[in-house]
Amino acid sequence: MAELTYLQAISDGLRTEMRRDKRVFVIGEDVGVYGGAFKVTLGFQEEFGHWRVIDAPLAETAIVGACTGAAIMGMRPVAEMQFADFISCAWDQLVTVAAKQRWRAGTPVPMVVRLPSGGGFSGGPFHSQNPESSFAHIPGLKCVCPATPEDAKGLLISAIEDPNPVLYFEHKHLYRRIKAEVPEERYTVPIGKARVHQEGEDISVITWGAMVYTAEEAAKQLDDVSVEIVDLRTVMPWDKAAVLESVRKTSKVLVLHEDTRTGGFGAEIAATIAEEAFEDLDAPVKRIAAPDTPLPFSPPLEKALIPQVDDVVAGLRDLAEH
Amino acid sequence: MATETAVDVVMPQMGVSVSEGTITKWLKQKGEQVEADEPLLEISTDKVDTEVPAPASGTLTEILVQEGETVDVGTKLGQIGGGAAAPSGDGAAPEPQAPQPQAPPEPATQAAADASMAAASEGVGDVAPSEQAEPEPEPGRAAAAATSNGKTFVSPVVARIASEHGVDPNQVEGTGRGGRVTKKDILNYIESGTQAPPAAEPQPAPAPTPEPAPQPQAQAPPPQPEPAAAPAPPPPAEKPAAPPPPAAAPAHVQTGEQLEPMTAMRRGIAEHMRRSLDTAAHVTSAIEVDMSKVVEIRKKLKSEYESAYGVNPTYLVFVARAVVDTLRDYPWINGEIRGDKIVTRNYVNLGFAVELQDGKGLIVPVLKNVETLNLLGIAKGVTDIAQRARDKKLIPDEVQGGTFTITNPGGYGTFHGTPVISQPQAAILGTYAVVKRPWVVQDEVGNDVIAIRPIMNLTLTYDHRLVDGALAGRFLRDLRHRLETWDESAY
Repeated sequence: MAELTYLQAISDGLRTEMRRDKRVFVIGEDVGVYGGAFKVTLGFQEEFGHWRVIDAPLAETAIVGACTGAAIMGMRPVAEMQFADFISCAWDQLVTVAAKQRWRAGTPVPMVVRLPSGGGFSGGPFHSQNPESSFAHIPGLKCVCPATPEDAKGLLISAIEDPNPVLYFEHKHLYRRIKAEVPEERYTVPIGKARVHQEGEDISVITWGAMVYTAEEAAKQLDDVSVEIVDLRTVMPWDKAAVLESVRKTSKVLVLHEDTRTGGFGAEIAATIAEEAFEDLDAPVKRIAAPDTPLPFSPPLEKALIPQVDDVVAGLRDLAEH
Repeated sequence: MATETAVDVVMPQMGVSVSEGTITKWLKQKGEQVEADEPLLEISTDKVDTEVPAPASGTLTEILVQEGETVDVGTKLGQIGGGAAAPSGDGAAPEPQAPQPQAPPEPATQAAADASMAAASEGVGDVAPSEQAEPEPEPGRAAAAATSNGKTFVSPVVARIASEHGVDPNQVEGTGRGGRVTKKDILNYIESGTQAPPAAEPQPAPAPTPEPAPQPQAQAPPPQPEPAAAPAPPPPAEKPAAPPPPAAAPAHVQTGEQLEPMTAMRRGIAEHMRRSLDTAAHVTSAIEVDMSKVVEIRKKLKSEYESAYGVNPTYLVFVARAVVDTLRDYPWINGEIRGDKIVTRNYVNLGFAVELQDGKGLIVPVLKNVETLNLLGIAKGVTDIAQRARDKKLIPDEVQGGTFTITNPGGYGTFHGTPVISQPQAAILGTYAVVKRPWVVQDEVGNDVIAIRPIMNLTLTYDHRLVDGALAGRFLRDLRHRLETWDESAY
């Protein structure tokens, strides 16, 4: 076991698979010579050569389209969007072609699109989004959102192994802030399985990505309330059973995400809880999410928009007192 | 209660497991004047038949559900007051308009109904048959539930736990916002066991029934010659149509497991079994009976009964006949604890546990006034109700009013058991397989010899709150004596 940052764990997972499987290659803007905007693929071109670590032109459609074709032909491409926000340019290739291919033609599309996502560092409206719910809504795509270094490595390997297009949302705010022991050997973390980040009795917080840590900080501030934090890890498919199990235990739920509120994936979770665990609820399901607004550059404004520890504390308090 | 406010008449909740009811008879017609708590209509469910008292005084302005129709609990059946009400000054709103302006009270009444349903779900129904005439306990209680529940929200999980444990959330001190009862509150309340007398079990042992009807049961049989009840109501056994009422949390299935929905009957049985064990102090005594005499007489009677009457004089029939005679000397075993009083009777209504053919249910049809029947009469009665139970042709009234029950698991060769008492009765007799066994008897000169005898075990499971062990022992002794010395001419 070595202590790795979240970012190093992603690199480690990617390197592990590239060393193991020659079909795995990386393509993206500045991933080669420069080592990636966030240096996830630093040193990769030296090790694997420029045919497996491809610097692409500034054209997300081309990157995702090339990956889709390569995957259909049996390769295991891993694309990097420089920022998750830019994936909108590749919408058509991803949603119309990659997501549907297996249902139209029966051919698997084993590709991964890495999506550095999330705000919290004044990235402004083009560099801070969390677009997971848009893609969770597209049948044929899987969406994973690891929160810990261990999951970052294990889920990336699972994503590369998976025969479907997998969107791998890596939270930029966690890159160098989060450090933990990560097994050196190859391992996988199953797609679709949640993880109880912290056990508790009184309130369940259902969340993923960087918000896991926001929830953890908030829970620490409440001595008298026992908070269970369920880290979804995978948004699509999501671990309904684990969520319902936690809900049945605590009967009070806070669904927390960094993405904007309306149509955010939390809405799906809240609706499912209402449908399937209604008689276990002791309070209305509460959501905390960003307001329906593009994220600003201004640090105080950004703080006002992205759910902060204080917001979560207030939400938990409210539920506890209900 | 003023007539100008429209008051809804709704299908009451007749027990936790009942989700619908059938209207058997409207006792008042549209336009008739009714007094609050006066019997307004008769309904039947798979558990009970009862009259529904008028929720208010006034004119019955609407009948929305006709006789013979089956509707969900909470469905509006009719309306008192409102529309055709005496004009109260402002002639502004003519009749057709009336329901609209009256709208506000309606949800309120509905909410009250729902609330008391969730809260004291069983209270209304089970008390009703004998007590709806008494205004004091019910309306007061319902009103209390309504007002407090109107103020504070009962969350789904609290409602569920309350209904599962038969707890009235109003009895629980709430620590939530605005005094709301939280899940923790109600769980603590149940764990601490404080709920015992007030809320949990008002129905199995209904509050001391005041003087007017010392023997409500005695009055029940006469009106029952089924004028209205017989044709319309559905068989009590099956209730497939209704959506199952809220129960435990939906379980998720593990690999290799299968889920099937619980029928209303199964829920009813589950609830009753649990409630019975929670109510009575169950004790079982057993006795061995030498059935030689009965076997011999039965052999003689069998062909006659079958050819002449088409019925089979089973051992069960002999036992039933002997039980009825024996119960005459043991009125408490044919009795009931009701509040702080002991009820005894001058009649025996005998329940027989009947397994349904799908093997997934059990019903206990009741043979009424068995003290008036001879062996043949019982044989015919048992054959009839057992057959109709299996055909699901029983009317609701025929599964109620039992004063003592016999269950016969011996058909499968079992020789002992500890059945659960059918509430609110005091005891249940179990009959078991007749088995040939070596038996020590005395020969004509008084020497002990071993003979082969057909032996049947009988168990009496009794409520030790009312029946002492010695009394049960004497009952079994006398019952054995009757069977072993069967007097053919007397029966």
